[in-house]
Amino acid sequence: MSYVLILGAKSDIAKACAREYAKNGYDLMLAGRSISELNDFATDLEVRCSQKIELIELDILKTNSHLSFYQSLSEKPLGVISAIGLLGNQSKAQDDFDHAQTLINTNFTAIVSLLSIIANDFEQRKSGFIVGISSVAGDRGRKSNYIYGAAKAGLSAYLSGLRNRLTSSQVHVMTVKPGFVATQMTKNMDLPEKLTAQPREVAQHIFKAQQSHKNCIYSKWQWRYILLIIRSIPEFIFKKLNL
Amino acid sequence: MKKKSMHSWGKYPRIENRLLAYEDRKQCAELLQQSNALIACGNGRSYGDSALSETIVDIKPHDYFIAFDEKTGILHVQAGVLLADILEHFVPRGWFLNVVPGTKLITVGGAIASDVHGKNHHLDGCFSQHVQAITLMTAANEIKTCSKNKLKTLFQATCGGQGLTGILLDAKIKLKKIVSSTIRQTTIKTANLLDTFAAFKKLENHRYSVAWIDCLASGEKLGRGIVQAGDFEAQPAYGKLRYAQKSKRNIAINWPRFVLNPWTVRAFNALYYWWPKTGESQQRVSIDSFFFPLDALENWNNIYGKKGFVQYQFILPLENSLAGMTEILEKISQSKEASFLAVLKLYGPANSNYLSFPMEGYSLALDFKVNDKVFALLDELDALLVKHSGRIYLAKDARVSKEVFQQGYPEIEIFRAFRKKHGMDKTFHSAQSKRLDL
Repeated sequence: MSYVLILGAKSDIAKACAREYAKNGYDLMLAGRSISELNDFATDLEVRCSQKIELIELDILKTNSHLSFYQSLSEKPLGVISAIGLLGNQSKAQDDFDHAQTLINTNFTAIVSLLSIIANDFEQRKSGFIVGISSVAGDRGRKSNYIYGAAKAGLSAYLSGLRNRLTSSQVHVMTVKPGFVATQMTKNMDLPEKLTAQPREVAQHIFKAQQSHKNCIYSKWQWRYILLIIRSIPEFIFKKLNL
Repeated sequence: MKKKSMHSWGKYPRIENRLLAYEDRKQCAELLQQSNALIACGNGRSYGDSALSETIVDIKPHDYFIAFDEKTGILHVQAGVLLADILEHFVPRGWFLNVVPGTKLITVGGAIASDVHGKNHHLDGCFSQHVQAITLMTAANEIKTCSKNKLKTLFQATCGGQGLTGILLDAKIKLKKIVSSTIRQTTIKTANLLDTFAAFKKLENHRYSVAWIDCLASGEKLGRGIVQAGDFEAQPAYGKLRYAQKSKRNIAINWPRFVLNPWTVRAFNALYYWWPKTGESQQRVSIDSFFFPLDALENWNNIYGKKGFVQYQFILPLENSLAGMTEILEKISQSKEASFLAVLKLYGPANSNYLSFPMEGYSLALDFKVNDKVFALLDELDALLVKHSGRIYLAKDARVSKEVFQQGYPEIEIFRAFRKKHGMDKTFHSAQSKRLDL
């Protein structure tokens, strides 16, 4: 069995990616916490696509379990997609370091722990792909979500470095920076319709871009230019903005 | 929960509402306590106000495939699954839906609630006639499964019942085997209404048939059009079944109102009529271009501008069809309000559901851009409809009166009584059901 491993599989973007990859003929291993909640979803994929779907329990925050998790896979994956992410609550994270730490660990530290194990294996085998879902929030810190943003910035830098290191080993690393996506994470936010992607669109974009070895994608594509503008605002102005 | 103004495909009317979602059956049951005017909504492709209410329940997230039996072709899906998803995954494996309407972008729940029909109605009936079982959450917070044999009244009220009997959760539908994914199509260009009717008669053995009518033509040319019929080819055209996604064009913005005027529409209709060969011709076409030509234009409803449009679809009993259709087409042609895409079809016998639209006779569907004059015209058409004992299709309707509606549906009182008896009228309502006292 040659399959794609999806981490954080319960997220809406992960589920959309699972559908997209299964539709295109890939078997899947879906990893996440309380993964049995995805039983019906796995059946859905099997009925739709006749692909083989496996579920595997993974608590990403238990970093000391990562090595045994990966070693326990009898066959190693073709590629891995990390859709792990926790938006959290900015004002809570400002007052409560425990919450801030959970955000940083979930969005950055724990992912680094697991992806490093996988990257070492891929490097040795000289094949594989790693797709990391970061965020536009990591491109510049804003007062509305800078703890989350800082962790995502770390993840983006990590993926960029990993790409640099693994290119010579024919391992493809892709950074995905979604803007607004209509998911559970954002369901209570009032998002502008034109700039909000559906998880399915993001997944189609990821699949296409991964297949054609893109390095860094923004989804929707407009966000690349929005962030270009946001990044080029001089700091003495930026610091006064209400973003 | 914030309020938003929502509309259906016709963009008329717009109704302020709260959109609610549920994750599991327990939450679904809790939702039903929150409002006494609640309606489920699928992909928002009904045209008028049948899925608009002050409280709308979004069933689209519930889009899991549950099981498929290769032996019987029975597919078990949640109500939010799009017909497009079923086709995408099952056409390449040699299966097709028994009934598809003119768009594949509707949910299974919506297909049942409107008991949709397609180009093969004369042979295969409505969508519900291929549904093995439906599971729904009733007003009494009970999960009930109904079918032609079990809880038959609930089944007959639910199919075509516009979501007024409960929240559809899942359904078992029967697929049919196909050996090819292309259609052999016969096209007949007709000179007038009599000629068009004759073409339908001639083609009645074809599995699928439909006609496009130039509703601006008058006098001797009244009712001229293009009749198309076809069936799946007996051999796969390219060695195997396939279902390629065609590139879509998106009508991204509302067109300014002046773009569609009597002259441009007349020119479009003349061109569309002129395009096919005179007489009879044959073509090989794909599933999408035969069944769902308009799906290739994303957001085509933007063509009618911000104020939107109403679609007027009615059916006349066979014995009144020629006389009635002639009178109605004359009125439409004089008004110069009609737009393109008037669709005519000969239907087969009615089924036993209380509010299903089809009956034996001819149906015509056409779009009218919303403006000051159009509602008065539609009232005049309603008068002709009543005269010829016709009925209006609820899935398209946004404005018909209770009187005109109920003269066309002889079983409406059974439906009303059934709703009252089971307390459904205290929970489920749409803007349409309030207007028509459903």
